[in-house]
Amino acid sequence: MAKSHVAMKVNGKTIEALVEPRTLLIHFLRDQQNITGPHIGCETSHCGACTVDLDGKSVKSCTVFAVQANGADIRTIEGVANADGTLHALQEGFREMHGLQCGFCTPGMIVRAYRLLQENANPTEEEIRYGISGNLCRCTGYQNIVKAIQFAAAKINGVPFQEAAE
Amino acid sequence: MNDMTPTSAERAVKLEGMGCKRKRVEDIRFVQGKGNYVDDLKLPGMLYGDFNRSPHAHARIKKIDTKKAAAVPGVVAVITAETLKTVNLAWMPTLAGDVQMVLADGKVLFQNQEVAFVIAEDRYIAADAADLVEVEYEALPVNVDPLKAMAPNAPMIREDLKDKTDGSHGKRKHYNHIFSWQAGDKAATDAAFDKADVKIKEMIVYPRVHPCPLETCQCVASFDKIKGELTLWGTFQAPHVIRTVGSLISKIPEHKIHVIAPDIGGGFGNKVGAYPGYICAIVASIVTGVPVKWVEDRIENLSTTAFARDFYMDMEIAATKDGKVTAMRCYTIADHGAFDACANATKWPAGLFSIISGSYDFPAAHVLVDGVYTNKAPGGVAYRCSFRVTEAAYCIERAMDIMAQKLGMDPAEFRIKNLIRREQFPYTSAFGWQYDSGDYQTAMNKAMESVNYKKLRDEQKAKREAFKRGETRELMGIGVAFFTEIVGAGPSRACDILGIAMFDSAEIRIHPTGSGICRLGTKSQGQGHETTYAQIIATELGIAADNIMVEEGNTDTAPYGLGTYGSRSTPVSGAATAMACRKIKAKAQMIAAYMLEVHDDDLEWDVDRFRVKGNPERFKTMTELAWAAYHEVPPGMEPGLEAINYYDPPNFTFPFGAYICVLDVDVDTGTVKVRRFYALDDCGTRINPMIIEGQIHGGLTEAFGIAMGQEIHYDEDGNVTTASFMDYFLPTAVETPHWETDWTTTPSPHHPIGAKGVGESPNVGGVPCFSNAVNDAFAFLGSTHIQMPHDNWRTWTAAEKLGLHG
Repeated sequence: MAKSHVAMKVNGKTIEALVEPRTLLIHFLRDQQNITGPHIGCETSHCGACTVDLDGKSVKSCTVFAVQANGADIRTIEGVANADGTLHALQEGFREMHGLQCGFCTPGMIVRAYRLLQENANPTEEEIRYGISGNLCRCTGYQNIVKAIQFAAAKINGVPFQEAAE
Repeated sequence: MNDMTPTSAERAVKLEGMGCKRKRVEDIRFVQGKGNYVDDLKLPGMLYGDFNRSPHAHARIKKIDTKKAAAVPGVVAVITAETLKTVNLAWMPTLAGDVQMVLADGKVLFQNQEVAFVIAEDRYIAADAADLVEVEYEALPVNVDPLKAMAPNAPMIREDLKDKTDGSHGKRKHYNHIFSWQAGDKAATDAAFDKADVKIKEMIVYPRVHPCPLETCQCVASFDKIKGELTLWGTFQAPHVIRTVGSLISKIPEHKIHVIAPDIGGGFGNKVGAYPGYICAIVASIVTGVPVKWVEDRIENLSTTAFARDFYMDMEIAATKDGKVTAMRCYTIADHGAFDACANATKWPAGLFSIISGSYDFPAAHVLVDGVYTNKAPGGVAYRCSFRVTEAAYCIERAMDIMAQKLGMDPAEFRIKNLIRREQFPYTSAFGWQYDSGDYQTAMNKAMESVNYKKLRDEQKAKREAFKRGETRELMGIGVAFFTEIVGAGPSRACDILGIAMFDSAEIRIHPTGSGICRLGTKSQGQGHETTYAQIIATELGIAADNIMVEEGNTDTAPYGLGTYGSRSTPVSGAATAMACRKIKAKAQMIAAYMLEVHDDDLEWDVDRFRVKGNPERFKTMTELAWAAYHEVPPGMEPGLEAINYYDPPNFTFPFGAYICVLDVDVDTGTVKVRRFYALDDCGTRINPMIIEGQIHGGLTEAFGIAMGQEIHYDEDGNVTTASFMDYFLPTAVETPHWETDWTTTPSPHHPIGAKGVGESPNVGGVPCFSNAVNDAFAFLGSTHIQMPHDNWRTWTAAEKLGLHG
C-alpha cells in the first residue's frame, strides 16, 4: 500500500515518517514510534486507554488515522512529567490517592485529566466524573481517581488539598 | 541509649510493614507510561497472528479454502485444524478435564469460534487476510438455552463425545450432559422440608457475564529452533500452570519452556485459562522460526475467552413460623458452553458452590448441579470471586430476602436471627466446610448502626405511603447482604488443578547489605503485590519494605505456584512469605546468638533486631546479621540468608462482610439511582488498608456493573449480541456510586499472619446487595424476584408487570 509522509510533534519532538493511510494513530505511536504509554483497550473509541492530547484536545488515538495527525502537536503520558523530570501533579496525585491498580487505563486517564484541568482549573467532583467519563477503568471504581484529580488541581492552584469526608 | 535513639514503635513505623497505608511501588512506572505489558513487546522479525472466526453458532464445515488469504502480500502462513493435526494439536485438554478444539475441526460449536489462524508481517495484513479465508458452512440447529440442553431432541453439541457414557463425576444423563455433582445430605434435607412451616422456592438466574479486564488476552511466542526452547510472554494469571500445560500439550520439555507474565492490565479471572490464541501463536512460531504475537480485540475477548456465571439455580428454603431456617436445597443447571473449559479445582466441577448455605446456621442442606453443553463460548471462570462463590452468595442472599418477605420479617432482622453465632466458630456447615473464624453479629450491627438502618426503613415506609397516595413516582429500595466467602484455594487434600496441588510459594533472599528479593508463584494483575508482600516481610524480618524487591511472573526464576485468582495470593503465598521469613529469622537468631555469645533462648525479637533479654543495649540488627550471614556464620552453619517455602494451607479462609445499599427507582423510566452504598468487610489481618479500600471500590464497581447491566446475551440463533462496549455495560465514573467502606477484623486462626484475602469480597457481596435493593423497592407490591441485570428496561418492565403504569 502506498505510504504517506507525515510530520508531527510528539512530546515536544518532531517526528517524520512514512505511514499507510489506514494506519491508526495509536498503532503509529506504539508500533512505529515505540511510544507504548497509550494503550489499546477496545479499538472502538469507548475505553479511552489510548487517549492522547492532540492540539489541545483529548483524542482517542484508536479512532484517528496517523495521516490526520499530520502537523499536529501531540502529548502522550510520556510527555506529562515536569521539564525537570519530576512527576506532574497528576502523576503524583494518582499515586498519593491510590488512583490506579493495574495501570492499564492510567496513561489515558492522566492525559485526559491533564486536559480537563486546563479546561476547568477547579472542577467539582461531578465535573470530574463527567469529564473522565470517556475513560473506562475496571480496577479502581473511579473514587480515588476523582480524588487524585482533586489533589492535582489543588497542587496546581497552590491551595491545600482537603479530602472530602466519607 | 540517649534520647535520640528511636523507640521500637518509631522503628516499626519506618519499616512500612503490615497495617501501613504504604504507597504503591508499581505506580512509579505506571503513572509515567512505563509499564511493560505484553503488547508493548516488539521482537526482531516478529509476526502477527489473527483469526478467521465462525459467523455461525453451530454448523458443519464443508470446506476451508485458504488460497486467497495466503496469496496476500505479507502473509507468511495460514493454519487450520488440518495443519494442527500434523503436530497433534488440533484439540487441547481443558482445565476441567474435557478437550477443546484449538481450531474448528469438522464443525463449529459457537459463534466467533476460531477457524483459521493467519500469520503475517503486520497486524493489518493479518486482519485483511483472515477475512479472505473462505469457509463453506452447513448450518445446524442451535441451542443456547441450558434448560433445553437435555431435552430429548436437543441439538447434539459434542459429536466427539457421542459414545462417552461416563462424565468426570459419574454417568452422563444425556449427550449434552457434562457432569452431575452434589453435596450435603439429601435425605435429611428432604425430611426437613417435609415438616417445614414455611417454604420458598424461586428460580434464580445469574446470567452469563464476562470479566472484561481493560487489557485483553495476548501473547508473544518465540521458539528457538537451535536450542529447542520456547519463550512465551503472555497475560497469564497462572504462569506456571501455563508452562506445565504448555509442556504437556506441545511435548516441549518443561525446562525448555520459559513463561513470562509481565505487567498485566487486569485479569478478574479472564486470564487464568489456556486459549486457542496461545496454542496457535506457539505453533506459528515453531513453523515460522520467528516470534509471533497474538492480541485479542475486544469483540474476541467478550465473545470467546472466559465467560463467567450462567447458573440457573432453583432455590428453596425451609423455615419455622418464627423465622428460624431449617433447611435449604438448590438444583442448578450450569451452562458451560460448547467445551467444558471451566476453571475450577479439578475435584470441584461446580467449584466451591456448596458455600451456598452462606452465613446462616442451616441444620440441613443439599445441592445438585448438572453441567450442560450449549452453543456458547467455553469458559466458566471465577470473575472476581473464588470458584462459583459469587453464584452461591447471590442465590442464598436473594433467597433469604424472599423468605423474609414471606415471613413478614425485616430482611436484616431475619438474617440476624439466623447468622452463625460467634461462639460456634470454628463452625462446620451442613456441607462440611469448616469456617475458620467470624463475628457476624458485630459486623451486622456495626453496618446497621452506621447507616441508621431503622431510620431508613421509616423513611421507606413514609415514601411507600406517599407512592400509594400518588404523591411520588419513586420507590425506595434498601438492600441488605451478609456474605461469607470461601477463598485461598487451597488445601491439597481438597484442591488440585490437573493433579497439581494448589499450594503456593515464596522464595526470599536477603543480600549481604540487608536488602532482599522475594519471588513468588502468584502473579499480580493490579492487586499491588510488589507493595504488599514487601510489607509482610518488613514486619516479619524488620527490613524496610523499600529494601525488598518483589518479583513474580517469570517461571525460570520464581518458585512454582498456582497463580493469582480466587483471592488466593494473600491466603497462600502471603502465608508462604511469612513462613519463609520465619526460616530466615531462625537462622538470623542463631547467628545473633553466636555473635553476642549467648544462647539462642537468651535473645528476644524487637522490631528489627535480636536483643539480649534483660539487656536491650546488646543487640544485632537484621542488617548486621545479614552481613554476618555472608562472612561470620557460626562454625558448621551454611553461609547465606535465604529461604523458600511451599505453603499448603490447612484450610480455606472465610472472609465475610455486611453490605447495605439504598436506592431510588423511577417506576416510569426504570432508572435506578443509588443513593448510598455501605460496605463493611472483614478480611482478617489487614496488610495495607489503602490497597484494601481500593480493592473494595473496584470490586463494588464491578458488582454494580453486573447487577445493573452486564449480560453476555445470545439470540436464539446463537448470535452473541453484547460483544462490544456499545452493548456490554461497563460503568463509567458518572454512573458509579460513591462507596463507603468500613471493616471489622477477625483474624484467621490458621493463617500465619491471620489474613484472609479481600479482592473478591466486594463482588461477592455487592451483586446480591444491589439486586436485593432493587427487589426490595418492589417487594411491598407483591413482587418476589426480578432477574438481573437490573437495567432500565428490565426495571421498567417489572413496574409494568405490577401495573404501575396505569
